[in-house]
Amino acid sequence: MKPRSQDQSLSDSRELDRSYDPLTGSLDGDAELSTVCYRPEGLDRLVQHTKFTKKELQVLYRGFKNECPSGVVNEETFKSIYSKFFPQGDSSMYAHFLFEAFDTNNNGSVSFEDFVISLSIILRGSVTDKLNWAFNLYDLNKDGCITREEMTDIMHSIYDMMGKYTYPNIKDSAPRDHVDNFFQKMDRNNDGVVTIEEFLETCQKDENIMQSMHMFDNVI
Amino acid sequence: MATGVAAWLPFARAAAIGWMPVANCPMPVAPRDSKRQDELIILNVSGRRFQTWRTTLDRYPDTLLGSSEKDFFYNEESKEYFFDRDPDAFRSILNFYRTGKLHYPRHECISAYDEELTFFGIIPEIIGDCCYEEYKDRKRENLERLQDDQEENKDQKLPNMNFRETMWRAFENPHTSTMALVFYYVTGFFIAISVITNVVETVPCGSTANQKDMPCGERYTVAFFCMDTACVMIFTVEYLMRLFAAPSRYRFMRSVMSIIDVVAILPYYIGLVMTNNEDVSGAFVTLRVFRVFRIFKFSRHSQGLRILGYTLKSCASELGFLLFSLTMAIIIFATVMFYAEKGSSSTKFTSIPASFWYTIVTMTTLGYGDMVPKTIAGKIFGSICSLSGVLVIALPVPVIVSNFSRIYHQNQRADKRRAQKKARLARIRISKSGSANTFIQCKHNGLLNELLELTDTEEDEQKLAKSISLLESQHHHLLHCLEKTTAHEFVDEQMYEQNCLETALQTFPSRSPSISSHDSSVGTCCGRRVKQNTPLPNASLPSTQQGPLQELSAIHIQCGDPPSHTTSRSNLNLKTDNSSRINCKGGRITTAIISLPTPPALTPDGDGLHGPPQRRPPPPPSHPATPSIQTTTSSAGTNIIKVSAL
Repeated sequence: MKPRSQDQSLSDSRELDRSYDPLTGSLDGDAELSTVCYRPEGLDRLVQHTKFTKKELQVLYRGFKNECPSGVVNEETFKSIYSKFFPQGDSSMYAHFLFEAFDTNNNGSVSFEDFVISLSIILRGSVTDKLNWAFNLYDLNKDGCITREEMTDIMHSIYDMMGKYTYPNIKDSAPRDHVDNFFQKMDRNNDGVVTIEEFLETCQKDENIMQSMHMFDNVI
Repeated sequence: MATGVAAWLPFARAAAIGWMPVANCPMPVAPRDSKRQDELIILNVSGRRFQTWRTTLDRYPDTLLGSSEKDFFYNEESKEYFFDRDPDAFRSILNFYRTGKLHYPRHECISAYDEELTFFGIIPEIIGDCCYEEYKDRKRENLERLQDDQEENKDQKLPNMNFRETMWRAFENPHTSTMALVFYYVTGFFIAISVITNVVETVPCGSTANQKDMPCGERYTVAFFCMDTACVMIFTVEYLMRLFAAPSRYRFMRSVMSIIDVVAILPYYIGLVMTNNEDVSGAFVTLRVFRVFRIFKFSRHSQGLRILGYTLKSCASELGFLLFSLTMAIIIFATVMFYAEKGSSSTKFTSIPASFWYTIVTMTTLGYGDMVPKTIAGKIFGSICSLSGVLVIALPVPVIVSNFSRIYHQNQRADKRRAQKKARLARIRISKSGSANTFIQCKHNGLLNELLELTDTEEDEQKLAKSISLLESQHHHLLHCLEKTTAHEFVDEQMYEQNCLETALQTFPSRSPSISSHDSSVGTCCGRRVKQNTPLPNASLPSTQQGPLQELSAIHIQCGDPPSHTTSRSNLNLKTDNSSRINCKGGRITTAIISLPTPPALTPDGDGLHGPPQRRPPPPPSHPATPSIQTTTSSAGTNIIKVSAL
C-alpha cells in the first residue's frame, strides 16, 4: 500500500471498501451502526484530500474516535454532542440540519472522511467555498435555491438554541422578522427564493459577513 | 461547560459558520489560540507511570489533573508529575479522563475509593450508570455500619446521668448493670408465669364427686386470681417505671411495646371494675382473650421476635399483595363453585359467601372435606382451584423470606461486631497508651539528658537522642511547647488517678511532704479559691515548703465518646494521641476554670519541671497532670496545675 506513518494513531489504518459491512448477514434495515467498525482511509490520502496537516488530522481523529469508537457518527450521537455545547436551548433541529450538511453521501452516518472534508472546507477553504457550504446548509432539499419555508425552519432552529432565558425576551415573531430581513437583503429579483448567485453576490458585498467568514480560520 | 466533548469544540465552532450569513450584527472577536502543541504528560503514581495527552487531562478543568493544581506535584528533575497515591485506583480515575465515564471497580474498598476521588477532585455523582448502583449500595452499607458503631457508643455510661436517665438506660440495655439484669429476668419470668396460668386455667382438672369436669380456673378460682393479680401488679409497676424513666413520655406512650403493655394489663382492671354485672359479663369474658397479648411482651426479651416483627413491617407491601391476590382468587373461585354446584341437590354451597370457606380450605391445600363438590363441573373447577392456590401463595413468600434473612444477618453481623469491638478496643487502647507514654518517657529521658549534661557525659546523651526518630522528636517538641504555653504538664493515667485519690483522702492541713518545693503564695485570679494548707496531690515529690494551694473548680470535661476510639484510623498511625485526647473530638467541655500560677511563681521554677533538676531527683513518672479526660476535682499545685485536656 503506502508507507506507514511513524506517528501513532493512524499507523495501521487501511483502506476499506465502503460498501463492505463487516456485519454481513444483517439484512434488516436498521442494523446497529454502533457495531459497525469503520476505518478511514490512510492518513496520507486524507492529507491530500483536505487542507489539514498531518498533525491536525491526528488531533482531529483522536477526538473523533474517542467520542465515536465505532468510527462513524449517527445522527443521535451528533445531536447529543452538539447539545452539550448549548445547554440552555434545544439544538436538535440545527444539529439535524448540520448532520444533513455533513452527510454528503446521504447514508445516515457521518464517517471521519465526511467530517474532515467538511471541516476542511469550512476552516481552510476559500471564502467562496465557505459561502457555498453555508448555502448548502440552508438549502434543505438541495435544489439550488433557498425558499422562505426553508429559511424559516433554519431560523427557528437557530433561535431554539437560545432557549427561554434571554435578554430581551425572544418574541414569537422574531424568527419570522429575521427571515424577512434576510430575504429583503438577499433576494434581488424578489422572486421569493434566494439562488446561489444572489447569495454569493450579497454576501460578498456585506462587510460583516466577509469579516466573520475569516473568524474560524485558526480553530484547529 | 461541555465536559467530555471538548475535543469536538472545534467542530462546533466551525459549524457556527451557518449563522454568519444570517447574522445582522458583527461577530465578536475570537479568542487568540496560543498554539500549544499537544504533548504527552507523564503521571508517576507511586512508581507506576501513566502517560496521556495534555488535552485529555484538560477536558475536565475543575479537577486536580485538569487544572493548575497538578503543578504542585511537578517534579523538575524527572519532568513528571508525581503522586503518592494508590496506582490501582488511579487507573479508573485516568480512564475517566479518557472515556468521560467514571467506573467503580468492585474490588476496591468504598472509602478508599472515595478518598481517591476526593483527592483528585472528582465528584462521585458522575459515576456511570453501569456502576452507580453498586457504588451507592456499598456506600449505604458502609454508612449503616458506621452508624451501628456510633450507636454502640451510646452504651457508654455518661458520667453525669441522673437517676431517671440511669433507669432508662437500665431498661433499654439490661446488660449494663446487675440490677437491670435482675429486673429483666424477673419480668421475663412473670410473663411466662402469666401465660402459663392463662393456659392452665382452661384445662379440665379432675372432677369432683358432684360436678362434671371443670376447668382448673373455676376450681381453684382464688389461686388463679391471686396469680393473675401478682402478675398484673408486676406489669403495672414495670410500665409505670418505664413511663417515668422515658426521656420523651409522649413518644414512649405511642410506641408499640408500651401499647402491648397496656393491652396486656387492661383486661384485669376492666374486670375488676365490672364484676358482678350480668349484662356485661359476656363482654368481660371476651376481654380475657386479650390477656394472651402478654406473650408479646416477650419481644423485649427476644431479639428474634423483634426481627420477625420488623420484617413483617418492612414486607408490608408484599403481604398486602398476597392478601389482595388471595382475595381476588377466593372470590372468583367461590363464585364459580357456587354456580357450578347450584344444580346439585342438598349441596353445601348455599351461597357465595358459604363457598368462600371451601375456596380458602382448598387453595391452602388444607382440604377438610366438610364441603365437597358433587357435580362434574364443580370437581373440575375445584381441582383448578387447588392447583392455583399453591401458586398464588408461593409467589410472595420468597420475598418475605429473603427480607427476613437479610435483616437477620444484618443483626448477626451487628452482634458479632459488638463482640469483636471490645477486643478491638482493648488492643487499640494498649497500643495507644504505649505511644502516649513515649512522650512522657521522653521527658524523663530529656531530664536525664539534662542531668547528664550537667555531669558532662556525652555518650549517654547521644544514645538517648538516637533512639528517637525525627518525627517523634518534632512531635514531642510540639507537645512540650504546649506544656510551656499552658504551664501545665502531661502525665499518665495512673499518676493522675493516684493524685485524685490523694486529694480525696487528704483533707487535713498538714505540712505534708507531698508539697512540692516550688510552692509559693500566689495571687488568685479567675476566681479561684485559695485553700490554705491543702496539700498538693503531688505526693511523691519531695517538698521543702508548703504553700497555699488553689483549688480548681470542678472541671467538667465530658467527651461524647471515649477518647480517640472513634476518630479515624489514621490517627492511630500518627503519634497524635495526646493531641487527639486534648482535642477530645466531639467532647463537650463545660466549665474549665484552670488556675494558672502567676509568673512570680513560675519564674523561680523556670521551665517547670524541666527546670533545675537538681532540686529534685530524677522524677518518676509522677507528673500529676493528667491526659485522661475524666471529671474530677483536683487541687492545683502552685506551679503545676494538674489539669489536662485544655
